[in-house]
Amino acid sequence: MIWGSFSEFISMRGYALYVWGSFGVTAILMAWEVLQLRKKKQELHLGVDA
Amino acid sequence: MDNSHLSSSQSIKKINWFEFSAPSRFYALTQKIIPLCWFMALSFGIAGLVIGLLYAPTDATQGDSYRIIFIHVPSAWMSMVLYTAMAFWAAIGLIFNARLAYRLSISIAPTGALMTFIALWTGALWGKPTWGTWWVWDARLTSELILLFLYIGYISLYQAIDDERKAAKAASLLAIIGVVNVPIIYFSVKWWNTLHQGATITITKAPSMESSMLLALLLMTVAFWAYAFATVFTRTNQTSLIEEHHADWVKSVLKPSKASS
Repeated sequence: MIWGSFSEFISMRGYALYVWGSFGVTAILMAWEVLQLRKKKQELHLGVDA
Repeated sequence: MDNSHLSSSQSIKKINWFEFSAPSRFYALTQKIIPLCWFMALSFGIAGLVIGLLYAPTDATQGDSYRIIFIHVPSAWMSMVLYTAMAFWAAIGLIFNARLAYRLSISIAPTGALMTFIALWTGALWGKPTWGTWWVWDARLTSELILLFLYIGYISLYQAIDDERKAAKAASLLAIIGVVNVPIIYFSVKWWNTLHQGATITITKAPSMESSMLLALLLMTVAFWAYAFATVFTRTNQTSLIEEHHADWVKSVLKPSKASS
């Protein structure tokens, strides 16, 4: 582990906005895509679209 | 007993790969692969994040902003790989008039567009602290933006034409023409004097990265590949279920309790 404390990790030594902005948005977008596919799957098995 | 054992092992050797061009066979095969892809995406992703965010050392010149590389590079690679795959299946669709190939092609597009957006977004967030600007119209960035427009154009054209065959043909043509952009993106840092740096990792040279950084990057790359396979196959199979809802195999898939009884 290279971080001295949790707050140091969160601060990314000054680059928090850029690092968490990148990882956060990526996570949100991927979760959104997975959610869309899940919704579609449920619709299919309920016979809404098919 | 012995004979039947022998014949079954022989039949395993003679797998006819063209079998999987039938949507029902493709469905059966990929439904088994998809959970494995999700498992790999999660496990490699978590391992990559732990090493990349907690153990990889701080970069001497860029500080901790460099950690964006662990998603920027895999997503940028996937954006190009997926476009190439999309154009390839579009071409197979056109040549053999194969529905499943078209379906695979259009199923790649949303994930490809997502990866392209992530590459651009993380690039902007990396550019600000290192270059002092969110965006420049240099060759690498501009050609990657064009890639996003190609994905969107392909999806829009597919959806704009009502006749499914015509839509697939027209959109496929666009996808194939657009593939010239992929080598332009890849070589842009060599061909033009760009603000964007050259390739960190190439096949010919030993990587100039610290080993834990490299490991994290490789783990994240595997995770992104697995994620792409999982989402693309899921989408392809969902489209198969919708478009072939009259077929017997779809009915048995959607109502397994009735089919088995």
